[in-house]
Amino acid sequence: MECRPFENSKSYRALQATTVTQPTCRVPPGGLYFPLTNVDRLYLILTVVAYGLSLSSYLRYLVTGKDLAGRVGTILLAVGLCAHYFALLERSRGLHTVPYHDLYGSLSLFGWLLALTYLGLEVFHRQRSVGAFVVPVVIAFFLFSHLAPAGRIVETPAKGIAFAFHVTLSILAYAAFALSFVLSLIFLAEQRLLRTRHMGAVIWRLPPLELLERMSQSSVIVGLVTIVIGTALGFLWVDRLQGTVLYYDPKYLATILVLVLYAAYLFLARSAAWRGARASKLCVFNFLLVIFSFTAVNLFFSHSHRYF
Amino acid sequence: MEIVLVGLNHRTAPVEVRERVSFTVEQAQQAATELRERGILEETLVLSTCNRSEVYGVPPEDVRQSAGALATYLSSFHSVAPEALSPSLYHHYDREAVRHLFRVSSGLDSMLLGEAEILGQVREAYRMAHSNGGTGPVLNRLFQGALEVGKRVRSETELGARPMSVASAGVKLAERIFGKLNQRTALVLGAGTIGEQVVSQLRDRDVAHLYVMNRSREKADQLAREFGGKVIPWGEWDHALNLPDLVVSSVSSDDPVLLRDTVKQAMAARKNRALLLMDLGVPRNIDPSLADLYNVYLYNLDDLTEIVRQNRAAREQEIPHAEDIVDEHVTKFLSWQASVEIVGLLDVLRTRVRQERAEFLRERMEMLAHFKPQEREKIELLMDELLEKLLMRPAEKLRGEKSLHKKIQNVDALRDLFLKDREKP
Repeated sequence: MECRPFENSKSYRALQATTVTQPTCRVPPGGLYFPLTNVDRLYLILTVVAYGLSLSSYLRYLVTGKDLAGRVGTILLAVGLCAHYFALLERSRGLHTVPYHDLYGSLSLFGWLLALTYLGLEVFHRQRSVGAFVVPVVIAFFLFSHLAPAGRIVETPAKGIAFAFHVTLSILAYAAFALSFVLSLIFLAEQRLLRTRHMGAVIWRLPPLELLERMSQSSVIVGLVTIVIGTALGFLWVDRLQGTVLYYDPKYLATILVLVLYAAYLFLARSAAWRGARASKLCVFNFLLVIFSFTAVNLFFSHSHRYF
Repeated sequence: MEIVLVGLNHRTAPVEVRERVSFTVEQAQQAATELRERGILEETLVLSTCNRSEVYGVPPEDVRQSAGALATYLSSFHSVAPEALSPSLYHHYDREAVRHLFRVSSGLDSMLLGEAEILGQVREAYRMAHSNGGTGPVLNRLFQGALEVGKRVRSETELGARPMSVASAGVKLAERIFGKLNQRTALVLGAGTIGEQVVSQLRDRDVAHLYVMNRSREKADQLAREFGGKVIPWGEWDHALNLPDLVVSSVSSDDPVLLRDTVKQAMAARKNRALLLMDLGVPRNIDPSLADLYNVYLYNLDDLTEIVRQNRAAREQEIPHAEDIVDEHVTKFLSWQASVEIVGLLDVLRTRVRQERAEFLRERMEMLAHFKPQEREKIELLMDELLEKLLMRPAEKLRGEKSLHKKIQNVDALRDLFLKDREKP
């Protein structure tokens, strides 16, 4: 994420006048974001290896049902989380800024929070079968953020605890929504297999449908709570920074829409005729909207959001 | 230190024979005690399940003689004529006995391939025999190995992973949809045999509420008593279908008893809460067209049978892997057995050699009467030293032999060459 530079924090006109297409760049163009040190490489490799082995263990657990493989998957995921954390930390030190000041940094943080949310959910629901579906997404985000072509880092006045929590909680919300998206897809696939009577080996390892629904709802609750707090902190930060609140950034509209649709999902999934597959489809649709908000809205429409 | 096994199982004996030769817990204890008291076996363990009755033991004498005595004892204990019993009995010795037990504990020898219950039955039989002093070092080691094999096969293979009966497939499907069933409600329609098996499995999983519907109120009351459930009068579908999460139907009827419109209305009333319908009736009890209703999961007997068939095929694919684990543990046990035998054999050899030496000296010393007692003692010591040296090398070679097959061959050769009549160590 990156917030637009507020060159004149007293004036919204001044805010509009600034663009991210003319940033101050501190890294050489064409290269990576910042030169990788040996320590960075070490954490990068350690993270990829730990996540990769974790995925392999989770897959083994899914196919064979061996508890040991599942436990090893969980431990390796925790190791990957630690390594990923230090990778983020080193990257921040290298850039002298928080890890979400650029798209790729925010994607890496997104991957880390996704893994963290999943681990929390796994421990809470005591269900490991989903790991095989979530860890590939984490790996994809991590690799994409670290191996993608170079971008530019923008000098911004975006700092302070409120801002840091605003960004972190917002990305945590997106991670939780991503998790509910994966869980809903598993629900839809498993339900289809059950209804069409195509039982293979894996279906006996997948979580029960009702547990998948509960896990997805738990995840959405985490997402809703964090996005509400994160958004409130965002308004607070903007208010402090420039003394006024912006009401017409398309990002706000997208965020409100996301909030309303996920609240509708929670309501429909629990109390109405939509419970089951219909609610899961809504959850999938909601996440597509999140992706739209995360990418298109940020990059092309929003005035004050770029990377989260 | 040999092992003998005499027994029968579902492959060798029809149920009429198996039920006559089965042991209650008390009978198993009594038989084990008597076999030891009569000197037929030194260590004894009786394993008796609905599909097998087997006696494992360590005989004091030749295994084959003990096996014969054991068969005779079994026929007299159960009052079955020997000629009627002997065609059903199998006799296994040493390696084959070990291998048989390990296959039994891993579920490879079960009627239902990979069934889980047998491991618990082996554990219980061992616990009983151990607490009654029936087992010694050999059977302790053997049965501890069997329990280890059973656990490994279950954790490292898919042999026991998937449901293998129509009833268990139905219950496992319910668990795929609802998770744990201890907070779920089931409705039982009719009283078919498979339906009863499903209900029994649901009871094992502590299903929270059970309701029974039957055309005959009397029969419904009887079923409710049998299953520990409550009766709902036949035909009250609105009420009946609002309660359960799963319905098990095995009604004897030519026409479907659950129609699409009935279930559609019920689903609306229950706000589309998921409903699993298991149609175990032939002809079918539930209109097949309602399978496409939202949040309804319908499985008939053929669907469940197909699941069982797929699972059986999957389990059979796991047999080679399970057999590898069994073989690995058989080798491990035999290696231990051979090592213990070597120690015993060397002790016997040493005693025998000393006896020979004493006899030899007694004969020769009469001719050498002029030796002083101190000199005689010195000669005895020197001879002891020489003999010990002679024994040391083969002993070390025996202990250090890596190949189990060669180790056993060497033990046998040593026994044949130096001990009279294959004397047991």
